[in-house]
Amino acid sequence: MATITGITLTITTATLMDDFLVRALAAGLGVAAVTGPLGAFVVWRRMAFFGDALAHSGLLGIALGLLLHIDPFIGVAVVVLAVAIVLVLLRRRRELAADTILGILSHGTLALGLVAVSFMDGVRVDLMGFLFGDILAVSTSDLLWIYGVGIFVLASLLVWWQPLLAVTVHEDLAAVEGVPVARVELLFMLLMAVVVAAAMKVVGIVLVAAMLVIPAAAARHWSKSAEQMAILAAVFGAVAVCGGLSGSWMLDTPAGPSIVVAALVLFGLSAVPPLLKASR
Amino acid sequence: MNQNRKIEPGALVEVSGLEVRAKNRVLVTGIDLTVAAGEIVSVIGPNGAGKTTLIRAVLGLIPATSGRVRIRPGTRIGYVPQRLTLNPNLPLSPRRFVGLSGAKMKGRRQAVLDEVGIGHVADSSIHDISGGELQRTLLARALLSDPDLLVLDEPAQAVDITGQTELYALIEKIRDERGCGVLMVSHDLHLVMSATDKVVCINGHLCCAGRPDAVSQHPEYVALFGAEAARALALYQHHHDHTHDVDGHVHNEHGHDHGHHAHNHDGHTHG
Repeated sequence: MATITGITLTITTATLMDDFLVRALAAGLGVAAVTGPLGAFVVWRRMAFFGDALAHSGLLGIALGLLLHIDPFIGVAVVVLAVAIVLVLLRRRRELAADTILGILSHGTLALGLVAVSFMDGVRVDLMGFLFGDILAVSTSDLLWIYGVGIFVLASLLVWWQPLLAVTVHEDLAAVEGVPVARVELLFMLLMAVVVAAAMKVVGIVLVAAMLVIPAAAARHWSKSAEQMAILAAVFGAVAVCGGLSGSWMLDTPAGPSIVVAALVLFGLSAVPPLLKASR
Repeated sequence: MNQNRKIEPGALVEVSGLEVRAKNRVLVTGIDLTVAAGEIVSVIGPNGAGKTTLIRAVLGLIPATSGRVRIRPGTRIGYVPQRLTLNPNLPLSPRRFVGLSGAKMKGRRQAVLDEVGIGHVADSSIHDISGGELQRTLLARALLSDPDLLVLDEPAQAVDITGQTELYALIEKIRDERGCGVLMVSHDLHLVMSATDKVVCINGHLCCAGRPDAVSQHPEYVALFGAEAARALALYQHHHDHTHDVDGHVHNEHGHDHGHHAHNHDGHTHG
């Protein structure tokens, strides 16, 4: 019986597959390809909460986009980049502890975004979609954005890999060796901003940081070099997307959180062999 | 910054009247020093004396509030920063770390790794090597660009005593073989005293400078380091039981200078 219903299900959904599920999968894989390598930098630079704070400011960007009648994607990228620069400048001043600054901006901008969106009379805003992702509603233009961003981010990472890594390992040393540290930092913030904007559609602003941190952390145990870890993080992210989407399809769970749960399971599995090795 | 006077012939670095402030606090003031090719110059001083600030100003990482830092044009600088805190989540081998230097000399990488004696751990995880091996890895990266000037900030930190002696011997050997200038910060006195051509003792201001034997008799130096200084001196004389020419008058001049600076300095910090 189960197989028969399974087959009929496959047949009836074959046409649907063409649309939203294929688009969802394409969007998820496109996002995983960039959140993996960039997430590795987030882990190396101890910026997990920084990424979280940036993502939370995304809602303000959506409100801005609606207000100015521009694509919410652009609104998000602009606001997130602005918040990233403010964060860096505030941190340099060292008047408040880094976690305090992150706490203020992360939740402050999220609340501001929620309030701003509530003012949008007459515009129907799918708040849940923005907060937790709406991967099953990904449109062709969303896909274009995601892949445009993906190519830009991967190309930038390839070209700037060495200086980015050098600045990550030791800023002063890189500066003495002639790396334009400020420009590299700014590039990293720009990449973070556009990746947050792209990933928002898939897992939502509340869970974007998870896609940055969890696959990269899972890749750590299995990597002997930075490059390996970045690539493996992308692979793990892709596996999480596939696992999460099929889990969501079978169990009728929300897609974005399911992807993050799948990533979490992967992380748990990845930690087992090293633990066994350590206890031996 | 005043550029109208040229750098002394033979000098790689010339610091004159350097002052660095941060938020109205004077970090260092009235610092003069020169480093010539083939010369090892050690900066010593107690914790918080501004040694790292001085180094960072020489490297151009922080601006001088007043005074000048001149580097001979075209000087290649190799830098060994103080204490490297690596994130254990970043998988990295010493070989890759050395390669992070912008220098495009892949063939030379093995040569510098061997030169500092870490060829055998070059491909293990940088998180698993000893403190001494880590310092040598940093040194290898500094050497990759074939520097005219090596700038080392506490190169022997987190290294055991035998390792320290070896490290200073290695630095001397590098100087001898490459003929580069070395500007080095340290606080282990006796090792510095035996492996240095010139000592610059600072404590916010310039206390005294000159050859190790002269500096170690300077009252300001003795006041700063007390018993430890006497011990270092004994050790130094033990190593070098020949006599040196008297060149104390130069340092007496600095001594006068310093008295002046000291007043200024105290005024800024406590007033």
